[in-house]
Amino acid sequence: MAARSRASRLLFSGSEWNFETLDRIFASVQSIGEKELGLDTYRTQIEIITSEQMLDAYSSTGMPLFYKHWSFGKHFARNESLYRKGWQGLAYEIVINSDPCVCYIMEENSATMQTLVLAHAAMGHNHFFKNNYVFRQWTDAEGILDYLSFAKAYISKCEERYGVEQVERLIDAAHALQSHGVHRYPGKRKPDLRSEQLREQERREHGLALFNDLWRTVPGKSKRVAARTEAEKRRSLLGLPEENILYFLEKTAPKLAPWQREVLRIVRLIAQYFYPQRQTKMMNEGCASFVHHRIMTRLHERGEINDGAFLEFLHSHTSVVMQPDFNDRRFSGINPYALGFTMMQDVERIVTEPTAEDRQWFPDLAGQGDAYGALRDIWANYRDESFVSQFLSPAVIRKMGLFQLVDDDIEDEMEVAAIHDERGYREVRRALARQYDVVRRDPDIQIVDVDLAGDRRLELRHFVADGVTLEERDAERVLQHLADLWGYQVRLIEADDDDIYAEHKADPMRAFA
Amino acid sequence: MHIIDRRRDPGGKSLANRQRFIRRARALVRKAVRDASSKRSIKDVDQGGEIGVPADGVREPELRRSGEGGRREYVLPGNKRYVAGDRIARPDESGGGSSASADGDGEDEYRFALSNEEFVDLFLEDLELPDLAKRQVLGEEEDLPRPAGFKSSGSPSALSVSRTMRRSLSRRVALKRPKPEDLAGAEAELADAEGRGASKAELKALSDRVQLLQRRMRLVPFIDPLDLRYRRFESQPKPVARAVMFCLMDVSGSMDEHMKDLAKRFFSLLYLFLNRRYKRVDVVFIRHTHQAREVDEETFFYSRESGGTVVSTALEEMARIVHDRYPAAQWNIYAAQASDGDNLPIDNPTVVALLNTVILPLCQYYAYIEVGHPTEDTGARDASSLWRTYQHIIGDDVPMAMRKVGDRRDIFPVFRDLFGRRQSGDREVA
Repeated sequence: MAARSRASRLLFSGSEWNFETLDRIFASVQSIGEKELGLDTYRTQIEIITSEQMLDAYSSTGMPLFYKHWSFGKHFARNESLYRKGWQGLAYEIVINSDPCVCYIMEENSATMQTLVLAHAAMGHNHFFKNNYVFRQWTDAEGILDYLSFAKAYISKCEERYGVEQVERLIDAAHALQSHGVHRYPGKRKPDLRSEQLREQERREHGLALFNDLWRTVPGKSKRVAARTEAEKRRSLLGLPEENILYFLEKTAPKLAPWQREVLRIVRLIAQYFYPQRQTKMMNEGCASFVHHRIMTRLHERGEINDGAFLEFLHSHTSVVMQPDFNDRRFSGINPYALGFTMMQDVERIVTEPTAEDRQWFPDLAGQGDAYGALRDIWANYRDESFVSQFLSPAVIRKMGLFQLVDDDIEDEMEVAAIHDERGYREVRRALARQYDVVRRDPDIQIVDVDLAGDRRLELRHFVADGVTLEERDAERVLQHLADLWGYQVRLIEADDDDIYAEHKADPMRAFA
Repeated sequence: MHIIDRRRDPGGKSLANRQRFIRRARALVRKAVRDASSKRSIKDVDQGGEIGVPADGVREPELRRSGEGGRREYVLPGNKRYVAGDRIARPDESGGGSSASADGDGEDEYRFALSNEEFVDLFLEDLELPDLAKRQVLGEEEDLPRPAGFKSSGSPSALSVSRTMRRSLSRRVALKRPKPEDLAGAEAELADAEGRGASKAELKALSDRVQLLQRRMRLVPFIDPLDLRYRRFESQPKPVARAVMFCLMDVSGSMDEHMKDLAKRFFSLLYLFLNRRYKRVDVVFIRHTHQAREVDEETFFYSRESGGTVVSTALEEMARIVHDRYPAAQWNIYAAQASDGDNLPIDNPTVVALLNTVILPLCQYYAYIEVGHPTEDTGARDASSLWRTYQHIIGDDVPMAMRKVGDRRDIFPVFRDLFGRRQSGDREVA
């Protein structure tokens, strides 16, 4: 083969593509991702879909298969009407945290867009899914598709057996509670025999090394100081307090049939699967944006895409990472793509060309040299909240003009509490980190007690933070669902240390049985 | 890497979900249609259009922090002029955006586009003519297929398997078709005899028997075309209900334009309803001043006339038409009367007598609406002479109802009220 001409180095020209082009593109993208950025990904499976199928995928939260429920139809109707009216474009891709990692890409995309999408999803998101600790801790990428297909089959079997209406009502109730159906802290891992034996051996050796017969003669503690009260015993027996309401119902609701418990479990496990995504939305998108930006730039530098394609990419990239100002008509909160991308670029800058300020703020990071290594470490070991609270630099705060606004309902006006100045950096960073903290975003509601001796009333408590109570009408409805599931009265008290703000009660109207 | 082309996969994956959603929202759509229709004029009632269903009705509640109260912190981008300690007025609700976006998720309404048909169907759902009781067998009516035995030919879909198998079995028994296990037994016996080296005669006898059985099996088939039986249906005429609706309208001088407008709106709604829902309903239009006349639809709705008021003339005309064309034994008879309530005082006893002795015994249902003005408080205004007269007639077992309408927007509720689906017998005066 003769020396390749410059034109033949191009992966594609024009906007047309076919499977061969995709293959070539993916190989290039992957080689840059793995060799230059050091990404470590699941195998990739690319599925090409139409816009209609994309709408379908939207309605089931992006998963390829899901059980049937009217709420997905509702999302479909909404998305469809927005799309048909042209108020909302469709995503270029959907990527699923599974092994192999499934990327849906739209047939309408141009070749440049397909390159961008592959770099973004198949490299960026894929790396994040595989390496980030929240995903590793909480999700089982290998099992998810199998589990969803089990869930779908199980629920449709229940519908056949117990009637669609029954099952639908149950899922309504479970969906209402699904934001409070996740474990926020990992439980104990089940120890396997080998590690258990090793531990036992170590313990014995340790004991032998420290053996002293005198310890035997030391008088021990008297028996337990105080007997536990009746209430404490009851609570510990039921595992209370418990913040995972669905879990508690699945295990202890007195009246539910086994199939109903299983359905609650399905909803709960799926909510749990999505929980990491909520904690890492900004980082995940930031990581993918950073990766696609880097890969596309490298492709252009290597002459594998032409100037036109690169400009097309820049056009779509800049509109994705655009952050409108707070007083802009387009403003709708902080754009996770923008913040994530800016912060990650900033980390790269700190690592390679630090200023004096950076050296003071990030002594470990500044001038350390290996930007991709530092980023990989961040991608693996942080979530949105901790990422912001550790890596939001004064430079980014200045660049984005971030400021903190405090809105206290006892004041007449809102107050600007901190801006991008020496006094404000830390405060802005703290406030932004809290804004990304899922635990603070969701109200803290726990099941605190069950009146076992009396009328079996379930007692819940909302630990109110900053005096913000629950949305009342919603709370009443959810509580009604909860009462139907529990089968007896349910009471929710909203209080903090000083005040009781509200009390909601619900009696079962159509209890599940 | 694998590439899978899913474009050819069957679409409509979320069709089932969509249908479930629509079923769920149906009640809400219906309500929205009713609300919307009360704002429209009658002419537009059969226009379709967009119907908003409040998102609240198909809302999925969750436990979330409310959008107001308490102490909140926001971090916002794009500061250009504020310094720490500045105080800013809260943005008003419509200004939206900056502060509310943190919690709310801004769903407002789901909009459905309905066709004209769908709109009217939903609007007229659960309306019906009460007591459609007199059913009759008529020549031209639709037929109802009823099972009527079996026949020996027919379409495969009508094959009666059990009957065919029964005949097959009896034929096989009668013709002594060997059972498969008999043949297997004989073959085994033959093989056994061959194995132990039996005598030639014995072998021959056995193989003859096997051959006989095989031949008989061939000759007597398991299922013969003779066995086939098909289900047979005979059509029987189905009794249907025939009904006639009499529309009686007062067009005398005392009815001003507004009242006539209301009355016509009421009747056009009634006409729409009957046309849509009952294929076999005749409508007779009678309008009266001091004399009554049967008119066609065009004249009824659009022509003008004036004169005094004698209600009994209309009732007489109706009685005459019933007698001539709609024998009460065969027809369900309905009447709707609209008037401003004025009547020649001397005529009232005649009206009562006519209604009690002639009209009401004929009728399944007699509805009277009295049109007035919106400014008048309909409850407090003095009852008109006709209203007072009718009040004497109305009783528990009299198939008569009356309502007052003062404003266009009352028409829809009153109409629904008069013709809403109900248990028979719980009819009452407003």
